[in-house]
Amino acid sequence: MTDVSKRVDTVKLVIDGVEVTAEKGELVIRVAERMGIAIPRFCDHPLLAPAGACRQCLVEVEGQRKPVASCTQTVAEGMVVKTQLSSPVAAKAQAGVMELLLINHPLDCPTCDKGGECPLQNQAMSTGRADSRFVEEKREYQKPIHISSQVLLDRERCVLCQRCTRFSEEIAGDKFIDLMDRSSGEQINVYRDDFFGGDGTGDGEVGDGDGDVPFNSYFSGNTIQICPVGALTGEQYRFRARPFDLVSTPSACEHCASGCSQRTDHRRGKVLRRLAGDDPAVNEEWNCDKGRWGFRYATATDRIMTPLVRDAATGELREAAWSEALLAAAEGLKAARERGVGVLPGGRLTVEDAYAYAKFARTVLGTNDIDFRARPVRATGSSTGITEEADFLAANVAGGTGVTYEDVENAPSVLIVGLEPEEEAPILFLRLRKGHRKGKLRITAVSSYLSRGLEKLGAALVAAVPGGEAHLLGTDPAVAAALSAPGSLLIVGERLAEVPGGLSAAAALADRSGARLAWVPRRAGDRGAIDAGCLPNLLPGGRPVTEAGARAELSLAWKAEPGALPGTAGRDVDRIIAAAADGTLGALLVGGVDPADLTDPQRAEEALDAVPFLVSLEIRQSAVTRRADVVLPIAPAVEKAGTYMDWEGRLRSFGAVLKSTAMTDGRVLEAIAALLDVTLNTGDVMAIRRELGGLPGSTASSPAQPAAEAARPAQPAGDEAVLATWHQLIDLGSLLDGDQVLAGTARPPVARIGKDLAESLGVGDGDLVTASTARGSVTLPAAITDLPPRVVWLPTNSPGSTVRRSLGVTAGAVVKLSAGVPGPILAEEVAQ
Amino acid sequence: MTQPRPEVLQKLTPVLTKRWLSPDAWRIGVYERLDGYLALRKALDVHPDDLIQLVKDSGLRGRGGAGFPTGLKWGFIPQGDGKPHYLVINADEGEPGTCKDLPLMTYDPHSLVEGAIIASYAIRANRAYIYIRGEAVHAARRLRNAVQEAYAKGYLGKNILGSGFDLDLVVHSGAGAYICGEETALLDSLEGFRGQPRLRPPFPAIAGLYASPTVVNNVGTIASVPYIVLGGADWWKSMGTEKSAGPMIYSLSGRITNPGQYECGLGITLRELIELAGGMKPGHNLRFWTPGGSSTPILTAEHIDTPMDFEGVSAAGSILGTTAMQIFSDQDCPVYNTWRWLEFYHHESCGKCTPCREGNYWMVRTYRRILAGQGTYTDLDTLQDTADNIFGRSFCGLGDGAATPVVSTLKWFRQDYLDYIEGRTAPRLSEKSLVGAH
Repeated sequence: MTDVSKRVDTVKLVIDGVEVTAEKGELVIRVAERMGIAIPRFCDHPLLAPAGACRQCLVEVEGQRKPVASCTQTVAEGMVVKTQLSSPVAAKAQAGVMELLLINHPLDCPTCDKGGECPLQNQAMSTGRADSRFVEEKREYQKPIHISSQVLLDRERCVLCQRCTRFSEEIAGDKFIDLMDRSSGEQINVYRDDFFGGDGTGDGEVGDGDGDVPFNSYFSGNTIQICPVGALTGEQYRFRARPFDLVSTPSACEHCASGCSQRTDHRRGKVLRRLAGDDPAVNEEWNCDKGRWGFRYATATDRIMTPLVRDAATGELREAAWSEALLAAAEGLKAARERGVGVLPGGRLTVEDAYAYAKFARTVLGTNDIDFRARPVRATGSSTGITEEADFLAANVAGGTGVTYEDVENAPSVLIVGLEPEEEAPILFLRLRKGHRKGKLRITAVSSYLSRGLEKLGAALVAAVPGGEAHLLGTDPAVAAALSAPGSLLIVGERLAEVPGGLSAAAALADRSGARLAWVPRRAGDRGAIDAGCLPNLLPGGRPVTEAGARAELSLAWKAEPGALPGTAGRDVDRIIAAAADGTLGALLVGGVDPADLTDPQRAEEALDAVPFLVSLEIRQSAVTRRADVVLPIAPAVEKAGTYMDWEGRLRSFGAVLKSTAMTDGRVLEAIAALLDVTLNTGDVMAIRRELGGLPGSTASSPAQPAAEAARPAQPAGDEAVLATWHQLIDLGSLLDGDQVLAGTARPPVARIGKDLAESLGVGDGDLVTASTARGSVTLPAAITDLPPRVVWLPTNSPGSTVRRSLGVTAGAVVKLSAGVPGPILAEEVAQ
Repeated sequence: MTQPRPEVLQKLTPVLTKRWLSPDAWRIGVYERLDGYLALRKALDVHPDDLIQLVKDSGLRGRGGAGFPTGLKWGFIPQGDGKPHYLVINADEGEPGTCKDLPLMTYDPHSLVEGAIIASYAIRANRAYIYIRGEAVHAARRLRNAVQEAYAKGYLGKNILGSGFDLDLVVHSGAGAYICGEETALLDSLEGFRGQPRLRPPFPAIAGLYASPTVVNNVGTIASVPYIVLGGADWWKSMGTEKSAGPMIYSLSGRITNPGQYECGLGITLRELIELAGGMKPGHNLRFWTPGGSSTPILTAEHIDTPMDFEGVSAAGSILGTTAMQIFSDQDCPVYNTWRWLEFYHHESCGKCTPCREGNYWMVRTYRRILAGQGTYTDLDTLQDTADNIFGRSFCGLGDGAATPVVSTLKWFRQDYLDYIEGRTAPRLSEKSLVGAH
């Protein structure tokens, strides 16, 4: 219990004969709860505005004629409250409401997913009657109906508490579900229409469902979790298990850098569902649908369970014993060590595993050619700013920015650049929205258009042509104004690295305005990999590789030979790929990297083909494992313990959910190192944590911020446009594989063009538009959007729009636009 | 038909109803000839605060049913707060039996318009709304016409009568929901949302329409204002009783010779009203009646001399409500009547809260079974208990209104229920209507 008595604005009241001090404005139900008095409730939820709809929490307040709802009644000085524990009136009122709630509730608890963890079931036991007096017919509905491809609604189970609709409106801002009809026919539903509306829920409930508008929200799973009955269920879990058969494990989400606390439930070695964990400092009680449902990749049929070695005779990969595979990897790396080995650990590692890669690269391979960034790190074809992001991360991010979720919620103003919060950091989006809803947080975004997500944040847009953000950060008055209030925050997304001079301008802007700066990457392992030393210019603990003192500290801690650690900055990801392609490097050690995520997937795959020796540590078959000489299977997040570091720099430790023989990256690297006579000591998570904890504090001075020149956006001509692009939350990412139902909730890919381009191309909404480069083309239906002139937006990696693979370019590049499908296909059709 | 005695006839005090029988009083010309818009000119000459004081002094109480002192309500509006203020007139008259506002708006719409202008001036509102029941097409047409005429004559719009006071008056038709007569549901509906009652606090006086200070008043309340301005507080208080001042439109329906609206001072008795209405219909004897619409507890023949004011009816165990008096005789069945009312409340429940939504669903079905001759003794206990579980437990007063006829008929006419259960009364509903029931 928090000690509220010391605060000034408190009142004293009596609940069930016990005097209690409460904060002014506090709700009676909360004060009672703090005292250990559980008042039954359904509509009440601490993170939603009071509704007073279910009437289950009625209590007696002295001086009031009628029982009052304790979930809406605020405390007052001298108030005397009697709950069901001391008031027969309150007890009778609660029992009466419970009886009424149950008259139309089906007795399908034995087959209902909620049975066993159901607030209605539990409170019917505490507050209800043993026998029903109700002898009339119960209300019936068709059951269940789809309100999205993922979410199912059993209306007859619904007690109409409106938690789901209130969540969707207040928290997520996706008001796609609402009350329909009235009286006992009142129900939750989506907008259904035969003639108007959107994409259809496909359940044939009204007409053929073509005109229905589904529950289109990235946060829809939360409504299932807060539903106090079994009315809302997820397609993925429905009828799969009973709660009392599940084993629950606290876990951390492995998807984005938001760092959600989760609960993973498994039964007989199989994960059946994940729920949002309760962490007020981070995700409160919410998570996104990707985090909730995106876990089936770990049980995909292409999971690798046995090491693979490329057979010298056949040239094919074959299964091998661990001893053989580890020896092959060790010998191959040893042979390549002289020429050089590049290490691409990827951004999905735990801090512990990232540290293992960092230590392995330095102590076993003797190289700084290590880069966790599996994404474009600079603009297409840009020759400037080669080390800009690495310098920025070293100077401004390593060791922590100190900015937290709480800071975001309470800031007077936030400027966002290079980040689309709803798509790339959904929980940060929810916290921004919370600040916005409280009416105090002003949000400004430098982006190419005001997306639906930004609209929900009430954001003001500083319209930017991709590539021009750096210049705007330096000169735009709206940008300066957004950071003028003390306590303002500048939130920078990883995509700003693609703008030459972008991160330099952001760092300078933060200095100039006094605003604190935060950097938000897209993957769960990105932030931790920086401090773990997975950058070509940084050793663990944010130590610059070029500082002899920093190297000496680590040499001592690692018991390495003095001077053994390489003292010059290594190659970044693009240069490692280039060096592998041109034969400079003798080998590559690749972790969880999908070449499709790199600046130029085709070039990356050519490099993987060209490099003489390739070791892959992977969970499933991938474009890397197919090309590897040795494939070493490692454990997915659910089968190992570890720690993610979220964008704040907060550690999110978790234990293994499933018992497994699968090994962590660190354990595998330790085994390889042992064969090369190095004791890596990264085989055990606790050992790594102890080692990390025992490292001395860095005495190295902070490196200088980058000061790259701000670029100007490209100048498209004729039928060209500048490309804007970012990932949608639900897309073709490999961690979303294996779940068609979840994929069904993705936003349909569209090509966004402004009115200018729509007119010059002669296309309207929904007509096909093709963006092409010398590499290839992407064709999508057009969505006419308020974009700057001559800018086209495409989803980075969605069905039909794999920008990097198909076009070979990144944001800011110039692409050619045309109406309809590309020529050759059309010509073939004509020929037919 | 019997003629009322002169001393009873003298109790008629036509104030709000005085123009109803004048031909074409709904036209602005006729209205002006019959003292129309005189009160407005007088009101615009005094300070708004003095108007509020005048209404306070007059003792005018809300005519929508609750009887809240009108001047006090106006006084709650914070002045000088920099926010727009709104006057919203509740013309969503939908309570079974209630029929005082619709004839007023049909036959004398300008009195409401004039009252609205004065009230808006008093509370410093520059925009007023009349939320009229959607089904009342004819009254709405008259009202819209009146508003149009008032604009044309400069009584509405900018700088009314050169006073510098601006007012826009909007007539808004509802879409047919009884719940929208509840003032906060009305405000939600007016804002374009689903009509469901809001949580209070904040009260409308602080955060009403569009989260701004708002006065919500009944048609009869606002239409009374011009008369008080013209006649003064003392004249107003000369009618009615000490605590229930002024005249009241009593709407009589049912088993009487001349159903209709009878305007008398508050405190008149049913016996006198029946006499004014030409007595009971031949062959009918008074058995039970509602004092103020179906949501007020019924009274019986023994209450015929209860003074019909807020205090008198309250002392008799009921509520004055909207003074919609439905008169039932010995040829009416209280069980059947209660079922009919319940069907209404069940249909009109907005569904927001559990007791009203589920309780009405249950009670309606129990009544259907009893009326089909399939009731049991335990049904009566269950009905009483269910009504108790609704009354005072629901989110707004609609649930209370639904429970009320159940409780009061069980109290006064339990034997009628037993007659159905024990087979002495022939079933009124066929078993076919119970298909699917237990």
